[in-house]
Amino acid sequence: MTLSTFKNVFFSAVFIATTFVGHASENPENENDKEFNAKEMIMHHVKDAHEFHVVDWNGKPITIALPIILWTDQGLTTFMSSEFHHDDSGSHIVEKDGMKFVKFHEKIYQLDVDAQEVSFDAEHHPTNASLPTDLSITRNVFMMWISVITLLLVFISTARVYKKSNNKVPTGIAGFMEPLIVFVRDEIAKPMIGEHKYKKYMPYLLTVFFFIWINNIFGLIPIINGANVSGNIAFTLTLAVFTFIITTISGNKNYWKHIFWMPGVPVPMKIFLMPIEIVGMFVKPISLMIRLFANITAGHIIILALMSLIFIFETIAVAPVSVAFALFIGLIEIVVTAIQAYIFTVLSALYIGMATEEAHH
Amino acid sequence: MDLITPGLGLVFWTVITFLFLLIILKKFAWKPILGAVSDREEGIKKALASAENARKEMENLHADNERILKEARAEREALLKEARDIKVKMIDDAKDEAQAQANKIIEQAQAAIESEKKAAMAELKNHVAGLSIEIAEKVVRAELSNKDKQIQLVESMLGEAKLN
Repeated sequence: MTLSTFKNVFFSAVFIATTFVGHASENPENENDKEFNAKEMIMHHVKDAHEFHVVDWNGKPITIALPIILWTDQGLTTFMSSEFHHDDSGSHIVEKDGMKFVKFHEKIYQLDVDAQEVSFDAEHHPTNASLPTDLSITRNVFMMWISVITLLLVFISTARVYKKSNNKVPTGIAGFMEPLIVFVRDEIAKPMIGEHKYKKYMPYLLTVFFFIWINNIFGLIPIINGANVSGNIAFTLTLAVFTFIITTISGNKNYWKHIFWMPGVPVPMKIFLMPIEIVGMFVKPISLMIRLFANITAGHIIILALMSLIFIFETIAVAPVSVAFALFIGLIEIVVTAIQAYIFTVLSALYIGMATEEAHH
Repeated sequence: MDLITPGLGLVFWTVITFLFLLIILKKFAWKPILGAVSDREEGIKKALASAENARKEMENLHADNERILKEARAEREALLKEARDIKVKMIDDAKDEAQAQANKIIEQAQAAIESEKKAAMAELKNHVAGLSIEIAEKVVRAELSNKDKQIQLVESMLGEAKLN
């Protein structure tokens, strides 16, 4: 029942999204004439985008249009990304609420009032446009929401299994999810934080673990792997900041003492250690942020680079090698999805555990 | 450079999405699931503990039974011993009494025999005395017809009387 519900919702979400598919306009340049640029293609896939590019069909890109939300000096402005007609070079101007917008390298610029088109300086930076605050539902946000819907469906139906059965026996989906939840509890929270205090942090650790994991997995699905949510530094930064906030708030006297006035060492050493410990406080979440970002992005880049070999050498003969290697890396990536989610959670728990540890001298 | 510059929009949406997910999952998933899991673990722990208790109780019961059996056996032993003692004592008593009774009867019999013997002796003496007088009368009658014979008889009788 749960699986079919999940399927229904998932496919209906995809279906609704595809109804927004924008129609490709006449492209001034023929795609086939352009020289293949591996770096551009890879970066395009790894980075965030304002529309969901599914596939090119007969030279026309098939995309899922996503809403663009801008906070300009005149307030909120929204329109669909299809209004840019897949233009990313800043040449197509969208006029909305009396303001002109262009999209250039996945950034939305607001043209100055009197400007008719974008002009660039030597480094290809627009000179007569400014960047409004961009709160668009980008493809990463879109994928993140799909992952949230999936998580909610999976875990709320898991919880319902327990409500339904009186003897609390895990059946169906609960039989599959319960070991994972118990794993987070017994292998991550309990040993890192301790028997007495772990309960308070369980919701955060579980949510972070499954949120990262599912986004890692969704990042590997070929058609939608343009959405590289957990390999985006904004995403990892946010989660790392959450861990930092929780660690800092739960820090007890002992934790702050270890940072500012390390016990058990001579006074000059205390003074010497203080700045190191203060830096360490921030380095911990920064390492969390970089590790997840770098691992997931690197995985995507390797697979895409291997695939690019076929187009760089312009021969199909490379394809078996590329596919074989990409498959190999893909299998490793499947393991990495879980490992990186585990590492992020285990280190978060460790930092929380360090912050809440009681003095033992 | 874009790659490692966090986009404000995504940060904004991630914060909102994550907080939403955290709150909803905490309320509708983690709480009931973790509650159910720990309830079950408690249940298992309790069941194991009660099984252990039952086992101990059984052991105690067994030990009790053993003890009671032992006591009963000891009691039986004691009873048997007492009975045996009583038997021996009774037999001894009976023997003593019988002995005493027998002695008494024997004594009485002896006394009776003695008195009977005395009575018999006395009667015999009387009889002998009567007989003697009778004989003496007859002899005297016979002898008195003949002087010599009378004297001879007296003399022989006297001799006999001496022998007696």
